Amino acid sequence: MTGTERQGADARPELLAVKGITKAYPGVIANSDVSFAIGEGEIHALLGENGAGKSTMVKMIYGLIRPDSGQMTLRGAAYQPGKPAEARRLGVAMVFQHFSLFEALNVAENVALGMESPPPMRELAARIRAVSEEYGLPLDPSRMVGDLSAGERQRVEIIRCLLQDPKLLIMDEPTSVLTPQEVEILFKTLRQLSSEGTAILYISHKLEEIRSLCDEATILRRGKVVATCTPRERTAREMAELMVGSALKTPERRVAEKGEVALGVSDLSAASPIPFGTSLKGISFTVAKGEVLGIAGVAGNGQDELLLALSGELKAAPDKVRIAGHAVGDLGPVDRRKVGLVAAPEDRYGHAAAPDMSLVENAFLTAGVRKGLVKNGFVDWAGTRRFAEEIIAGYDVRTPGPDVAARALSGGNLQKFLMGRELMQGASVIVINQPTWGVDAAAAAQIRQSILDRAGEGAAVVVISQDLDELLEVSDSFAVLNEGRLTKPRPTEGLTMDEIGLMMGGAHGMEVAHHVA
Amino acid sequence: MLRLEKRPTPSRFWLYATPPVAVILTMIAGGILFAAMGKNPFEVIRTIFWDPVFGEFAFYLRGQLLVKAGPLILIAIGLALGFRAGIWNIGAEGQYIMGAIFGASVGLAVFPTESRWIFPLMVVAGAFGGWLWAMIPAILKTRFNTNEILVSLMLVYVAETILAKASTGFLKNPEGMGFPGSRNFSSYPAAQNAFLYEPLGLHWGGVAALVTGVLAYILLTRHQAGFQIRLAGQAPRAARFHGVSPTRLVVLCMGISGALAGLAGMFEVTGPAGQISIDFNTGYGFTAIIVAFLGRLNPLGIVLAGFLMALTYVGGEMASTNLGLPDAAIQVFQGMLLFFLLAVDVLTNYRFRLAVGAH
Repeated sequence: MTGTERQGADARPELLAVKGITKAYPGVIANSDVSFAIGEGEIHALLGENGAGKSTMVKMIYGLIRPDSGQMTLRGAAYQPGKPAEARRLGVAMVFQHFSLFEALNVAENVALGMESPPPMRELAARIRAVSEEYGLPLDPSRMVGDLSAGERQRVEIIRCLLQDPKLLIMDEPTSVLTPQEVEILFKTLRQLSSEGTAILYISHKLEEIRSLCDEATILRRGKVVATCTPRERTAREMAELMVGSALKTPERRVAEKGEVALGVSDLSAASPIPFGTSLKGISFTVAKGEVLGIAGVAGNGQDELLLALSGELKAAPDKVRIAGHAVGDLGPVDRRKVGLVAAPEDRYGHAAAPDMSLVENAFLTAGVRKGLVKNGFVDWAGTRRFAEEIIAGYDVRTPGPDVAARALSGGNLQKFLMGRELMQGASVIVINQPTWGVDAAAAAQIRQSILDRAGEGAAVVVISQDLDELLEVSDSFAVLNEGRLTKPRPTEGLTMDEIGLMMGGAHGMEVAHHVA
Repeated sequence: MLRLEKRPTPSRFWLYATPPVAVILTMIAGGILFAAMGKNPFEVIRTIFWDPVFGEFAFYLRGQLLVKAGPLILIAIGLALGFRAGIWNIGAEGQYIMGAIFGASVGLAVFPTESRWIFPLMVVAGAFGGWLWAMIPAILKTRFNTNEILVSLMLVYVAETILAKASTGFLKNPEGMGFPGSRNFSSYPAAQNAFLYEPLGLHWGGVAALVTGVLAYILLTRHQAGFQIRLAGQAPRAARFHGVSPTRLVVLCMGISGALAGLAGMFEVTGPAGQISIDFNTGYGFTAIIVAFLGRLNPLGIVLAGFLMALTYVGGEMASTNLGLPDAAIQVFQGMLLFFLLAVDVLTNYRFRLAVGAH
């Protein structure tokens, strides 16, 4: 499986070669003896689970960190960027997963901030227009970034890179914030760049995308190259198994009798408590016992706000939210847990968990009420510890023990712990935002399985996610959250990707930008 | 080259080792300072740290330790609860003054009635005065989102003005020959906070400080409210998710710290100070901030830190009278203690690593 033979048809001259790169952090080896090569104009995928070492690898190529050993060459010359500016000067550009844009500045100003010696504003705006037209990425340089959709913000980052005329463009998980239609636009741009000779290093764990876009793939597992392949010639399942290192289990569902309505939300509107957040506008849906409602949507369309409104952190009029017929809209999180609703927010570090507190304390964070861990105002720490240990055992959380700080766990392990914490409380209504974000494929499958198990036992479940494949896998009914509005839920069975894309609002902001250009 | 690196889990060892290491470093740096001033550093250090407990005048100075440590501990514990929750009450000095005025007012209002209910009533009034003064920044914060640091600090100066008014006006001793200041409680046994055991300097304030230390420790480690206080300080959003109401927490923490500062003021005015006077307050409310951090915001740590701080006060006074050290040098010395504490504290969450290779 470690063959590194390259396809004979691939006669591109070599652009970047990575040879025997190793990078270790205390306790972990992020990359061990990694080698691969990218040809000019090649779209090369770097594939692996979270924690496989993809990000560390590209950060070394982009000059953010330095390898412990090994060499890189760019067009045959030794390449050791000491900082990103040096990498950019040599023609290597990168679009990050998390954008670094100022919302209160316009597009051109944001682009200028990322340049070493920006040209005068007017000239820059003209160049932004030219590049955006050339590559089919409509963007008005005078618009405020705060008003742009996630897809448009990504275009700002891409254009910022393209203005430097890069030889190698690194893209870190670029499609996680895009609708299916926006993904198509992006791919068209990337193919055009490739045909003009710009190589692209494409980091992702989405296999279908890689199959449709990439020429070559290097698969990393636990910091090592475990395989290279031509994605078009492999099935997604084959690549997934290479990535995970074992056969994958597809979650199976016990079909439960649809019961009476467990959670009802009617015409819920709420202003966002988050700066630059999205207000909820007239949200209505019901979830029956045993049903899983999947809520899709591009990040920033009200997902966080919806979770707050359901968990009780954001209150409303009493009858806007009903649990098993009880009006709970004006109740806080503690009272809603008493009635039977548990919620799991997306942000693990600081919202769902307190990073500096131990797992025992974090178990108490939400389980105190339903697990009866408070007696006369005093915390039953012994009982809490037992519950924490049950979660650790039940959800295969890798930790030295329940007393370590939450921040010491890897993202995936902490997520397993937090999912276990909510799913093991015997709640009748379960709301989860991004259940498997940043979790490796095997753990994700396990989490999805336990969500389905709870539904099989009669719980009503709401899963908010940006991963469409995940939603299609677990949900009985499907709705989309777009700009704070929720579409009418439809049965998941029989939905096509095109229909979903249209529910998600098609390609965000295309029209607006088109008539500017 | 040395590099700082974040520890995956806070170091338990450094959590407890930080204060003693900081004290030792302070002694070394302070010694160098005193030597540079032409004093014998060993003599100065001995005067500050040894003599108050074991020296020639220890029979008197030992008592002074608890007299000074008591109010510091009482105030610092209240502040620490707030600091743990991310609520920054900087105005304990003002709450201390108001507690003294409220407590004294109740006692002086019923002068010269003799009843065993007077002193307990004054204790309640003192706590209430401090609580009330702390409620002003608390309510302004929860209602109008004002900054409690600024409001509570500014209220110190308002309290000082009221104190001046009280000692020259409404609480002035009618038999005081026109001098500012109230009646002296030492001549009013029913309202006096007399020493319970003089050689140790133990009065009701000291008892309250030690009991509060234990209660606050239990609150923080065992009680749900303590968990919520810690959670709100470490992860405010997680606290809201847990179900903590930020408003209620601000009112609770400001209230407790205000009431404890008020208590300290009441015990001081009826005991060691003896009367309301213009210069009644001597900065306990501010020094308690240092004590709170020196004690790692942990109630038991604060009890120890209170004694250490009292030691530098009492010993520092000795050093300035006996060895002719300027007061400013003693203050620099106390400042060093906080400086080294915060510096060494970094090691709880970070560790040094020798960077290898090209870094």
